[in-house]
Amino acid sequence: MKPAIVVDHVTKRYRLGALKHETMLRDVIVNALRRRARREERFVKALDDVTFEVARGEVVGIIGRNGAGKSTLLKVLSKITYPTSGRVRVHGRVASLIEVGTGFHDELTGRENIYLNGSILGMKKREIDARLDQIVEFAGVAPFIDTPIKRYSSGMRLRLGFAVAAHMDPDVLFVDEVLAVGDAEFQKKCLNAMDDLRSGGRTVLFVSHNMAAIESLCARTLWIDAGRIRRDGATVDVITDYLQTFSEGQRTGYDLASIETRGGDGSIRFTRIEFYDAQGNPSALFRTGEPLRARMYYEALHSVKDPRFMLRIYSELGTLVTSVSTWQSDHLIREVPPGRGWVEVEIPEVPMLPSRYYGSLSITTRGASFDVLDHVLTIDVEASGAYGGRGMHSSYGLVHTPARWTHGLDAPAQREAEG
Amino acid sequence: MVGAMARRMLPEWILEYARYRELFVFLVWRDVKIRYKQTVLGAAWAVIQPFMMMVVFTLLFGRMAKMDSQGIPYPIFYYAAMVPWTYFQQGVPLSGNSLVTNAKLISKVYFPRAIIPSASALAGVVDFAVASLVLVAMMIYYHFPFTLELLAWPLLVLPLAVLVVSIGMVFSSLNVKYRDIKYTIPFFIQMMLFVSGIIYPSAVVPDRYRLLLRLNPLVGLVNAFRAAVVPSLTIDWHEVGLSCAIIAALFAVAAAHFRRTERFFADLI
Repeated sequence: MKPAIVVDHVTKRYRLGALKHETMLRDVIVNALRRRARREERFVKALDDVTFEVARGEVVGIIGRNGAGKSTLLKVLSKITYPTSGRVRVHGRVASLIEVGTGFHDELTGRENIYLNGSILGMKKREIDARLDQIVEFAGVAPFIDTPIKRYSSGMRLRLGFAVAAHMDPDVLFVDEVLAVGDAEFQKKCLNAMDDLRSGGRTVLFVSHNMAAIESLCARTLWIDAGRIRRDGATVDVITDYLQTFSEGQRTGYDLASIETRGGDGSIRFTRIEFYDAQGNPSALFRTGEPLRARMYYEALHSVKDPRFMLRIYSELGTLVTSVSTWQSDHLIREVPPGRGWVEVEIPEVPMLPSRYYGSLSITTRGASFDVLDHVLTIDVEASGAYGGRGMHSSYGLVHTPARWTHGLDAPAQREAEG
Repeated sequence: MVGAMARRMLPEWILEYARYRELFVFLVWRDVKIRYKQTVLGAAWAVIQPFMMMVVFTLLFGRMAKMDSQGIPYPIFYYAAMVPWTYFQQGVPLSGNSLVTNAKLISKVYFPRAIIPSASALAGVVDFAVASLVLVAMMIYYHFPFTLELLAWPLLVLPLAVLVVSIGMVFSSLNVKYRDIKYTIPFFIQMMLFVSGIIYPSAVVPDRYRLLLRLNPLVGLVNAFRAAVVPSLTIDWHEVGLSCAIIAALFAVAAAHFRRTERFFADLI
């Protein structure tokens, strides 16, 4: 039998800075008139000579750090973008779910959006007709189905979007991290729907940061690292290897200057980050309820107005736990002159419970971004004696919430106690 | 049987457009629906715009400048041209900006990309139909007989729509690459208003310029739209044929350019 997916020596190059950067014809003309020598173009290989096959009915997980090329791979497979070289063959009817509710329009009703979104995902009108009731029921929005979705809550939109996607009937399905959004109940519903697809004999490629989901759904997993396939094998082995690399990454400082997969226009860039303990000594260890200090070094190419430095902290499953930024703390930096400098942040009491977290850094301003580094930091949080030291475990959640309790008795109980 | 043969004869990308025809219909439907939902006036808006333009042109170019309208009452002379012109004037920017306004669709889902500028260009046909109804009312008011040539009115929409789609495809794909192209669209439309025989009948143009003017396919179409309504004028089918040929050539060039650039839309948008 022919394999469902064949990826044959696929390479995808992007011109550095081409993404998110809007070219103006004006600039092109001006540059041509001035006969200015073309700046040397730099390329990034988002995918580098990737080759693999997926058999019909196989469910394959794809893991790797942010910027490793997972999403690019799915985009190439679903023909959204084209490989620079190499060949991709996908047999059968393809559906790709890179975002839930693509093409939803606020002014249209729930019902109208089901038809629109369904046809965008490649469903035929009669297929949508036949499954409309199931979709509405799955989403749980029956009373509001003829209401414009601008009145829907974000949860309702999400459910509606996934409901449509779950009722596609493709031979091959690509799913990208749609589980990272939504509450626990919704995530469970999604996983069940994916499980149904699997048992229905469909071929599924599933990108996720959720290792538990990958383990329960996929027998085989690909680990993509820097655009290449680092490992391809049984899920349990690949995940174990993958997680192993994180403990190697535990350091007191990171060199950020050499990272190539970054966003923003580069006017100002992070060069380095160092972590310190409460005493100011370099440290790689963080404890719940104790201080965390980080100094971020930058280099500005030219003077930059109103830069906003931000650190985002994500859980191991990719949920955004918290963000700290100069803008939030009202620490306005009016302008940064060209050259080097640093900003330092102190979180007096680390709120995260013991577990592994990832950090992303960015420098932005209103309406523009200068430097965006996704998932470049690993932050391991250990238990401490703070807050009495009890409940310092990830099974209690992501963050510790300092709380005060009081206890009282109602009158009858009081009488009983007295009698 | 025919289907199987077509599958073997036609190139893959044409078959793909056939497979995605429902999405095309849905996107046209979406654009029409949203247009009529978002404005309080709804369908009335489709009439108000060409009607007001007609009033202004009648007063300005008719009553004041005494433009030669070949004996046709100014209101109907201008309104008959305003209906196709309004479609052109609204369709070109809608279609020309459509890829950028639908950037999210392009970067998240695959479908043949030309569906977007085409659907955006076709949504205006509904406005065209609504505005045409007023024309019928005007014909009754002026005691114009309903001739056989009036049947050409809806038929002429086809080459007009293809023209808008062609221009829209070129602008929209350039727009993805160069974001300042959008500023040239209003300028382009303004120029077209003066060289398309809207304000004056192309018959008043001296012969040596008329040939040049005929290269603009809109001239032939606008003349034909007018002649379809006015009983004293007859449609010059040679002129219409020439316009259609130029439009077909434009469409071929636009489609070829679009197909060459569409692969990189998702990377640039």
